[in-house]
Amino acid sequence: MLVLTVLTGLIYPLAVTGLCQVLFHDKANGSLITVNDQVVGSALIGQNFSKARYFQPRPSAAGNDGYDGTASGGSNLGPTNQKLIDRVKASVEKFHKENPSYAGPLPADLVTMSGSGLDPHISPASAEAQLDRVAKARRLSRDQIRSLVEAHTEGRDLGFLGEPRVNVLLLNLDLDRQFPAKR
Amino acid sequence: MTWSSISQILAVLVILVAISKPLGAFMAAVFEGESTFLSRPFRPIEHLIYRVCGVDPELQQNWTAYSASVLSFGLLNFLFFYVLLRWQNFLPLNPQGFPTLQPDLAFNTAVSFLTNTSWQSYAGESTLSYLSQMLGITVQSFTSAAAGMAAAMALIRGFARQGTDRLGNFWVDLTRATLYVLLPISLLGALFLCSQGVIQNLRPYWQLTTVEGARQTVAFGPVASQEPIKLMSSDGGGFFNANSSHPFENPTPLTNLVEMLLILAIPAAFPFTFGVITNHRRHGWTLFAAMALLFSLGSMITAWSEQSGNPALQVVSSNVSGGNMEGKETRFGIAASAVFSVVSTASSDGAVNSAHDSYTPWSTLVQMFNLKSGEVIFGGTGSGIMSMILIVMITIFIAGLMVGRSPEYLGKKIEGKEIKMVMLAFVVTAAATLLFSSLPFLVKLAPGSYWNPGGALTSNLGNPGAHGLSEILYANGSAVATNGSAMAGLNANTPWFNLTLGLGMLIGRFLMIIPALAIAGSLARKRRMSATIGTMPTDGVVFLVVLLGTIFLVTALTFFPAFCLGPIAEAYQIK
Repeated sequence: MLVLTVLTGLIYPLAVTGLCQVLFHDKANGSLITVNDQVVGSALIGQNFSKARYFQPRPSAAGNDGYDGTASGGSNLGPTNQKLIDRVKASVEKFHKENPSYAGPLPADLVTMSGSGLDPHISPASAEAQLDRVAKARRLSRDQIRSLVEAHTEGRDLGFLGEPRVNVLLLNLDLDRQFPAKR
Repeated sequence: MTWSSISQILAVLVILVAISKPLGAFMAAVFEGESTFLSRPFRPIEHLIYRVCGVDPELQQNWTAYSASVLSFGLLNFLFFYVLLRWQNFLPLNPQGFPTLQPDLAFNTAVSFLTNTSWQSYAGESTLSYLSQMLGITVQSFTSAAAGMAAAMALIRGFARQGTDRLGNFWVDLTRATLYVLLPISLLGALFLCSQGVIQNLRPYWQLTTVEGARQTVAFGPVASQEPIKLMSSDGGGFFNANSSHPFENPTPLTNLVEMLLILAIPAAFPFTFGVITNHRRHGWTLFAAMALLFSLGSMITAWSEQSGNPALQVVSSNVSGGNMEGKETRFGIAASAVFSVVSTASSDGAVNSAHDSYTPWSTLVQMFNLKSGEVIFGGTGSGIMSMILIVMITIFIAGLMVGRSPEYLGKKIEGKEIKMVMLAFVVTAAATLLFSSLPFLVKLAPGSYWNPGGALTSNLGNPGAHGLSEILYANGSAVATNGSAMAGLNANTPWFNLTLGLGMLIGRFLMIIPALAIAGSLARKRRMSATIGTMPTDGVVFLVVLLGTIFLVTALTFFPAFCLGPIAEAYQIK
């Protein structure tokens, strides 16, 4: 038993660590993103955005303020739970207040919490719904913003696995880079 | 039912068929000691391990010796892991400085991993040091999986051999399972996952400043090495609290597909191993077909239910579209999450890529049915085929009663002794699930008591009403089935739940394995009878239908009242 422990608990993980650090260095270390030599986030872990000129991510149940990297988890609220219904109602009202010009159907992911609380993506429909607000805040045309959104939209893997998605952090960083906010 | 759901279910099935048959044949060769393509490099290592441990590979054990080995191995694992958890604050590789675990949590966690459940009352990234994850969780995933595979092989040999009481050597089976099957696949899996973004490092957690100027801490760890064995072992204990919904454990839809396949690979291969070793390949195919059918049905119902969304939300805002996305990840969406949840609950793995507590009631019903069917829909690594064989024995017994013939399975007569063992396994585990589920509602505890500091046990529920009852039913079903997934709104990290769920896991694991080994022992001694015109065929459509019917009957009759009070009640409330 001790032999198996050493083999599977030390040799194997350490071997994998060594190989992964050599072969896939960035990915093994968290796909961290740096801007001006400062790490600002990970390509795989979402973060909070609340200013009008940024695309906002999904609500998050990770930690007290959301997107806490050490407290992953979902809301675990059941579909009949009044807390869930009230929360979604509040999210819907908040969205309409912040995005008055959007009158279409609200994509479900925008008002629901993800399972991990660290979801870095939103659906393309959710990005479209926020387009007007972001364009107005940055004083740009919808088409300029939309082409940037499309550049950051990943399609289904192998054409049919999963869903199309937009990485919020990468999109927002690109927005700042291409269209710096006017002060 | 969207094309997206159907295509993802089909993809899993098609690839599964393609890989499980060769894997099944490979496993048969490995366990029977035959040469395979891995023999040349690995045989010397295998024999070195035998020399170091003092194992005689030629020694064969009977069922009592085999069972004793299983139990003693389990006990050793438990003690080692318990001590590791209680001392983790003194041991190295603890960069975040986590303290020792409370005794009831350490007990529950050690039992959980030794029984191949990996029920986690704790959140990994805020409780366990890297050493505990590597030396504890990863190791236990390997060892409990290998032990399950060994026990399954002993049962299979009970059918294949005749006139003997020797079932093999537990220590040899254990080593072969680990060395030839689990380690190679894990290594390849780890490298693939890392290439897609799964992290693998030993650094302390990273502190960064976000774009809007807030502080964010990103948790790190040796995840890619743990991930494949977590899935393959049907253990399912994730590195992080969010398990496979966490982007660092499951970053892309492609990794999601690979993870589902890793969960199902060995359980789906075992019917073929069974067929090869007993020389009844068509029976192996029939078992696989039964599992695949139930899996597809469950997946379709779940995907349909989630895609239809939550009617309660429609009342709030008729404008919300896109199905029930609460607790699900954007990159997976409805279909990939729904299918994963069925894969997880059917296979006794218990890894989750979405929050099961937030699913709609019909999906919860499917998930609970999977858990309580005895984990025969592919099932666990080793435990799946064992449970399936037990249900087949019930099927044959019932069929034999109906046509007035003595039941026989693959030429071995099924007599009272064997059926008694089967019933022991099924009745005790079902009783445990129901009993432990009802106790929280009967036992009165005061606030501040040791067993549950919050007072009444019903205060631990995350959701009110029928959904809350579902949480308790699910938790106990998951523990006894050694699944390990949870409707995570339930606060199960109190001494009461840690103890009762721990007991449930021990019952569910060992009161299935030991009776199965007893059956293997008595079957191995019998002479094989040749097939006559009166023998009931154990392949073909008729048998398949009778088998499926038996699975439904056994599960539904036992648990129908419970299902009515939980998910079914909720389904009607929600309209």
